[in-house]
Amino acid sequence: MNELIFLINKVVISGAVIGAIYAMGAIGVTLIFSILRFAHFAHADLMTTGAFITFFLTAMFPQAGSIVGLPTAFVMLPIAMVITSLVAVGIDKAFYKPLREHNVKPIVLVMASLGVTFMLQGLVRLFFGTGSRNLFIDDRKEIFRLELPWELASRKLVITEPQLLLFVFTLIAVISLHYFLTRSRLGKAMRAMSDNADLARVSGINVNVVVIVTWVIAGSLCAAAGTLLSLDVALKPDLSFNLLLPIFAAAIVGGVGHVYGAVLGGFVVGFAESLAVFNWAVVLRPLARAMEWDLPRSLALVPTEYKITVPFFILIAILVLRPTGILKGKVI
Amino acid sequence: MLAEYKREIILFSGLFALILIVMSFMGTAYSTRMLVEASCYAIIALGLTIQWGYAGLFNAGIMGFLAIGAFLTMLFSFPVNNEFWDSGLAPDLGGVFLKLLIGLILIAGSMQLGRFGVRQNVRRLITLILIAITYIIFMNSLDPVAGAIESEVGFIGGFGLPVWIGWIFGGLVAGAIAYGIGHICLGLRSDYLAVATLGIAEIIKAFLKNADWLTRGTLTVSPLPWPTPGPAELGFVMARAVYLSMTALMIVVIFFLLNRAYNAPWGRMLRAIRDNETSALAMGKNVNRRRLEVFVFGSILMGIGGAVLGTFNGIFDPSGYIPLNHTFLIWVMVILGGAGNNLGTLFGAVFVYILWTMSEPVALWVFDVARNLGESWFGWQAPGDLDSRALQARVFVIGLTITLVLRYAPKGVIPERVAQHH
Repeated sequence: MNELIFLINKVVISGAVIGAIYAMGAIGVTLIFSILRFAHFAHADLMTTGAFITFFLTAMFPQAGSIVGLPTAFVMLPIAMVITSLVAVGIDKAFYKPLREHNVKPIVLVMASLGVTFMLQGLVRLFFGTGSRNLFIDDRKEIFRLELPWELASRKLVITEPQLLLFVFTLIAVISLHYFLTRSRLGKAMRAMSDNADLARVSGINVNVVVIVTWVIAGSLCAAAGTLLSLDVALKPDLSFNLLLPIFAAAIVGGVGHVYGAVLGGFVVGFAESLAVFNWAVVLRPLARAMEWDLPRSLALVPTEYKITVPFFILIAILVLRPTGILKGKVI
Repeated sequence: MLAEYKREIILFSGLFALILIVMSFMGTAYSTRMLVEASCYAIIALGLTIQWGYAGLFNAGIMGFLAIGAFLTMLFSFPVNNEFWDSGLAPDLGGVFLKLLIGLILIAGSMQLGRFGVRQNVRRLITLILIAITYIIFMNSLDPVAGAIESEVGFIGGFGLPVWIGWIFGGLVAGAIAYGIGHICLGLRSDYLAVATLGIAEIIKAFLKNADWLTRGTLTVSPLPWPTPGPAELGFVMARAVYLSMTALMIVVIFFLLNRAYNAPWGRMLRAIRDNETSALAMGKNVNRRRLEVFVFGSILMGIGGAVLGTFNGIFDPSGYIPLNHTFLIWVMVILGGAGNNLGTLFGAVFVYILWTMSEPVALWVFDVARNLGESWFGWQAPGDLDSRALQARVFVIGLTITLVLRYAPKGVIPERVAQHH
């Protein structure tokens, strides 16, 4: 029984946490891909920037959270989302729009987004240093240890407050995005743009507004994902470094240009990662005792230091077997 | 003739003057080292300019190709570790790789099952199962052997062969990796290649960093032997000058070959594909094949450049490879100098490298001044890690340069010369 709880703690919960983060990133990537037709490499650094904006706000008003009874950083998140969206729109205005107007190839925009990556990275480290920070300044992280009713289960189910907040937030974000895209006028315009940009333009859809809305959605999801991830682990300037590849893998696995695909892809990559580095020896131990096997101490599919290979090989596999992604994205 | 090349002449004389200035301020030993490194970067940048400038391929993982080149040089040229070969571990390790080889042959064989009328789905399933089995068996048998090597003899050491063999193999293995990646990604959207190369670079680095039995990982391997007489025999300046003349010779040869290729029908076809893929396809050109060729050639040059750079540094340190210095600095060199123009790339490589090395003391100095002024005028308490932050300002400048060059000088300072045939 204890082994099963260990499995839930290590695989189900941590896979869902990282999967939700990837999903939020991949939604932004996939939206930008389908509306603006380029791979936005600065996405992970936009997340870090969002997280640091939250950190800044939290440091300014450390007591704000205690009024509502939630972590201050979470209370500050909406403001950070607004600011990050503004940053994203500003980046587009300053760096991508002039290039788009010159009708450059999409790959040049990809390169410009790498330039933006370094600018964000440089700025974040210039202002906040290279060390690791804690988003809990005046409050502390609540950790719930749930006793399970079964007799054999002495190990406890561990879940933290930020993780719960993350799940709730992801659920709300995905549902509201769904309604936005299917019900609202602007959402329909966005979908039209992604299906056929020229047709949308001649039908009188305001392209500029659609582009701005895309960046607002992508920017706010970035801020949310960055903040919620750094609430759960620590806030580091190189947070983005390990996120970029999984996010792109998630977007491509789900089918580029497909929002639900991005969510699905995020969880696929997240669970694949946590399953791959999970030490199966722990779960198999009771069985081994019964069968008198000799189990090695660690029996992970992939050693933890090679975790980054997991999204890469998922990506390669999907490019070989089904380049359109699981849900048949539109852009290949 | 001379008037036609006015821009090049002015820029290169400016570069020469810059080198002289650096030399007079920083001393000859420092500046020869800088020039050797710049020349290694120039080889790498030439590799990138054929990928990006000739064919429009976006390689975001140059770092991986450099690291693999340097690693193979280390493996081939580092003195033999007799302790390892005398112990019983060498045959054990050979056995592990024999298993891997058998597995790979089986996998390759299973891909050919289609010839015997096996359905695609079944064939893929068999291949996947074989990959999984090979992987698990290989990992399980490698683990104890690798652990024993690490604890008993440190690492397997090198082969003690001449350095140039390592350089050639560095280039070849980099090319082989590029072939694998390109084979999968080149038929798809151009962005996918960028994502995949970014990933492979990180994986190569993770592998080299953690495979202690092979590379000593974070403990680093040094000193790597030089092909030319080392500083111990000639002194720093002379040894570096000899090395520099060797790299310069390599650049001349590569440059000559690249110019031949650029003007040959092959190069013309590549430019046609880059500028208008649809019409090139309509003319019956094999677009993906040409792209794959150029991607592999470019990566071979990167591997060789990385190998030459690694040998010069004299130390193999896998954690020293970072995307900024070893991927994007090279991108700045190529797009600033002029993609598709070998002369421009050469100029960009040397110029950007000099600016990059000089920017470190400059950034430190600027922030020092800012700290002193801030303290004396406003009583500002500077953070303790200001120096490490000052270096991050350079990251910002690299990013800004990329975006500004793309916007205002997309063709670089020495644009590609398109030959007009009348």
